[in-house]
Amino acid sequence: MTTTLAELVSAHPLLAGLPGEAVASVAGCAQNVSFNPGDLLLAESEPANTLYLLRRGRVAIEVHSPGQGPIVIETVGPGAVVGWSWFVPPYRWHFDARAVEAVGAVAVDGACLREKAEADPELGYALMRRVASVLLERLQMTRLRLLDLYGTSGAR
Amino acid sequence: MLADPGGTGRDGSHHGGDAVFGVMTPVPHRVVGRRDETDDVVTLHLLPTAGGDMRSRSGQFNMLTAFGVGEAAISVSSAPHDDGPLQHTVRDVGPVTHALCQARIGEVVGVRGPFGTDWGVGTSQGPGDLINDALPADVPGPGGDVVVVAGGIGLAPLRGAVYELVARHSRTGGRVFVIVGARDPSQIIFGRDLEAWARDGARVEVTVDVSAPGWTGHVGLVTSLLNDAGFDPVGATALVCGPEIMVRFTARSLIDGGVDPRCIRVSLERNMQCGVAWCGHCQLGPFLLCRDGPILPYAGAVAHLLTQRER
Repeated sequence: MTTTLAELVSAHPLLAGLPGEAVASVAGCAQNVSFNPGDLLLAESEPANTLYLLRRGRVAIEVHSPGQGPIVIETVGPGAVVGWSWFVPPYRWHFDARAVEAVGAVAVDGACLREKAEADPELGYALMRRVASVLLERLQMTRLRLLDLYGTSGAR
Repeated sequence: MLADPGGTGRDGSHHGGDAVFGVMTPVPHRVVGRRDETDDVVTLHLLPTAGGDMRSRSGQFNMLTAFGVGEAAISVSSAPHDDGPLQHTVRDVGPVTHALCQARIGEVVGVRGPFGTDWGVGTSQGPGDLINDALPADVPGPGGDVVVVAGGIGLAPLRGAVYELVARHSRTGGRVFVIVGARDPSQIIFGRDLEAWARDGARVEVTVDVSAPGWTGHVGLVTSLLNDAGFDPVGATALVCGPEIMVRFTARSLIDGGVDPRCIRVSLERNMQCGVAWCGHCQLGPFLLCRDGPILPYAGAVAHLLTQRER
């Protein structure tokens, strides 16, 4: 049985529960993609035009440092989202994202999605709420990591 | 709230008279082995100089004495069924723990204990029934997954429990998930144990806050692994130990993910000193943690206390 793009889109946690019409709109901008370990999904400073909905595999968000090579900032797995910079100007990636394992994802064209969101504010607001929710979770996790929780205050 | 000095431990082992005097007296133990876990964490292997042994349950702690320096509460990190030396994993954070971490093979330290409550693993009959004695009747019965979440050196008080869980898993089935967070790859303790648990069927995931060259594992907060760990939250039991903020956020993530708050047990600590609920230094709300803890159910008073601002 073949799974349609709409089914893949609606199965992803970011978009689960969206009305069928909205799912169809997103799916109209999407394609199914895969990456081998080591492949770059996106590269710092390049134009940002894709939202990746991870289905399988793990992706490392990295920053490249001269003399040190890539420094992994965070890893994300199935159900996560990679790529936010397509959402706001100047639409350029701030980090690299590299497949750590074989990765399967739904790649949603950012410009296409922005156009549909502009034309359909209801869709745009629904997307914005979901994106904001994930971004908030990421922000909270980042803040907690800044606390150095496992430093000496956590000793026993 | 202070306990009656004449009677303390819930297991009835510490009562008045000579027993009370005895429980306040460190028993000399010789360091027969030591392993550097990280640059500031050491596991000491201890045997009583006069023979015999000191049995404990997973999650309990002892007061370790560095003679001439002082005493500190340190969780037992060996498994209760382990016939080898008593093991304590110590992080060098102050004068007493520094002296303990410096202890060489052949030196003698003092041991008082064991004290406090345990994870409940050794008394259970099957996977997921760890805390059924303390649970309301409407909580699902045995058979659920067991999720162990440890942050930093918080894995030490859980080590014995994981060994017991993995051993039981191999006999009775059921799934054991071990999720470990560390500051960076160099701070991961018990690497050989983690590998052994994975070989024996546990699903082990390790994440670090800060990556390092060569690290190919997860990078991110320990809570980020909970959603994708693969355990069934219905009927799951969770054991959580680590820095208190981590414990709070982990418990919140587990509850958001569908785990019954009554099925979450956490390890808490304050300034444990006497170990027998006399001195009150370890008071947290209605609890004297050396006696009522360190292992407590998260639901109810603990959840409330962990979200209160202490003044």
